[in-house]
Amino acid sequence: MTGRTLLALVALGAFHGLNPAMGWLLAVARGLQERRRAALLAALPPVAAGHLASVAMVAALVTATRSVTASTALTVTGGAVLVGFGLWRLLSQRHFRWAGMRLSAAQMAGWSFLMSSAHGAGLMLLPVLLADPQPAGGHAGHLAAAPAGALPGLVAAGVHTLVMLGVASTVALVVYEVLGVGVLRRAWFNVDRLWAGVLVAAGVVTLAAAI
Amino acid sequence: MTRWTPDPSFYPSPREAATAPAEKLAYVAAFDRAAQRPDAIVVLDTDPESADYGRVVGWTDLPHTGDELHHFGWNACSSALCPTAPHPHVERRYLIVPGLRSSRIHVFDTRPDPRTPQLVKVIGAQELAEKSGYSRPHTVHCGPDGIYLSALGGVDGAEGPGGIAVLDHTTFAVRGAWEADRGPQFLAYDVWWHLTQDVLVTSEWGTPSMIEDGIVGELLLGRKYGHAIHFWDLAKRRHVQRVDLGDQYQMALELRPAHDPTRSYGFVGVVISVEDLSASVWLWHRDGAGADAPWTVTRVIDIPAEPADPADLPDLLKPFGAVPPLVTDIDLSVDDRFLYVSCWGTGELRQYDVSDPFHPVLVGSVRLGGIAARTAHPAAPDEPLAGGPQMVEISRDGRRVYVSNSLYGSWDDQFYPDGVGAWLAKLDVDPERGGLTPDVRFFPRGAEFRGLRVHQTRLQGGDASSDSYCFP
Repeated sequence: MTGRTLLALVALGAFHGLNPAMGWLLAVARGLQERRRAALLAALPPVAAGHLASVAMVAALVTATRSVTASTALTVTGGAVLVGFGLWRLLSQRHFRWAGMRLSAAQMAGWSFLMSSAHGAGLMLLPVLLADPQPAGGHAGHLAAAPAGALPGLVAAGVHTLVMLGVASTVALVVYEVLGVGVLRRAWFNVDRLWAGVLVAAGVVTLAAAI
Repeated sequence: MTRWTPDPSFYPSPREAATAPAEKLAYVAAFDRAAQRPDAIVVLDTDPESADYGRVVGWTDLPHTGDELHHFGWNACSSALCPTAPHPHVERRYLIVPGLRSSRIHVFDTRPDPRTPQLVKVIGAQELAEKSGYSRPHTVHCGPDGIYLSALGGVDGAEGPGGIAVLDHTTFAVRGAWEADRGPQFLAYDVWWHLTQDVLVTSEWGTPSMIEDGIVGELLLGRKYGHAIHFWDLAKRRHVQRVDLGDQYQMALELRPAHDPTRSYGFVGVVISVEDLSASVWLWHRDGAGADAPWTVTRVIDIPAEPADPADLPDLLKPFGAVPPLVTDIDLSVDDRFLYVSCWGTGELRQYDVSDPFHPVLVGSVRLGGIAARTAHPAAPDEPLAGGPQMVEISRDGRRVYVSNSLYGSWDDQFYPDGVGAWLAKLDVDPERGGLTPDVRFFPRGAEFRGLRVHQTRLQGGDASSDSYCFP
């Protein structure tokens, strides 16, 4: 993993962590509902676990596939998927539907997994993973190499999620302790639209690199 | 189209909502009892600086006749900020307006011109019936995952069960019946919730045949109208508990849960006790500590009937020689401090300080209309008023209260047989000590409403009964 790859993973982790829909706001709500900071803190690890599962799935799949197949086809496919998904996110009026708020840790992780997946959090890592130089090794091109090939993807997802958790925790605590939820009215920038734009841009960059 | 920043009328908490700017316009559901002319959404100017203050400044007819507009609500509200399914960049823009009699649901767009709502969609009774199995749509609430719409009746001639239909947030298409398991619930009326506690509450009025041609004396004395409230698991959509108020307490209608999401109580109004014609307000709360303790109710307000000369009474009430208060609407201020109670029979709006919800204190009262009293408004002291304070709506800052005077077409005719008229009054509130004063500059009535009767009022940007909050 190069320094640039790492930097990109960290940046995307911060971007995901900042998004209120990815979990920090739910943690704040839990803290306020129960009137104790511990409830806020307890909500964050399950949120991160769900996010990790969602991102790792895509990342592992990409790096494993890449270790056994021609890179260009994968890149083109990945880029096309990104552009398509990003456009759908941009144009679709639908939003995530979920009614319950009294969630166990397992339900919270499940919620986070669904939320991250519906937003295409893992897909956003695609160009980063595809741009990373192919690891040197004699087994590339053999199907048997696939499980080992998934490893870089898992590492990338882990790094990304750690940063996401750090940023989400910081934002949650600052809002809970200092700013108050009133800040949402002014500062809740439409991340969804930006998010969709990032997905499309990432797809275009990936496609351009492949051609 | 979505916004870049949250709709400014969304507030994370009731405390912040109470700082909202004053409404400049109010929307009123108006209907033609004769069903000869279209019902309408009427727009009132509520800006005291305006030359048209207190007057009708907008009017949009419905496309059909005979809808009987009643309650209505917004497509989106502060619940859009709730953290599990946030969608804060939608606009509070569309009014969802059901026809209680026709079962048609209308969607009006208030954005192009707030004074002239434009009809953008009609969902026919057929679609509502086919997709949800319900008819007679009533209460509208903007929920985290869709628009919740209570309905009183069943379909294909079935009286019930009534229940809740869910509409899609953006297309307004009917998604289906909400209930996964309704348990013993059959009658329906109002719906609201404790959003952060996964609790939904419903109340009971009657089936279509029990109400549409007027109140039925035998059914009332037979204690057949609704007298229970139901608690549900909001996430699992399952019935959890039925709490019976006692069958003498007929018609448990309006549900007003605390706006503070950390509190677990609310108020429900009961129209009439068949034992002494009194009305009552009940508090629902957990029976014991813990988030899963069972629910129970405590009667916290009793309002007695008032003796009257039978000559002043409609046929229905002559044998009793008394006027029942008929509490048909209640409303809780956004700060959960004042509860307003409409006594449509005696013609009185009462204001209770419910800082201690178990012990309400009467702090304000205004008399207008009434079956026997016919109290005039100070702005027109020579005009005896029919009807009484009925639908009551409170501004978000709690300083202004609006009341309209029609209950329900056929019931108006029974209790006010010489004509219920049409009027809408605004009362100014002393937010510190309580107390109500009619605003003499604000009293649209009679001809201003072009022969239509007026029911629910909704305030621009939201009001005390339109929004729910996920943060304390």
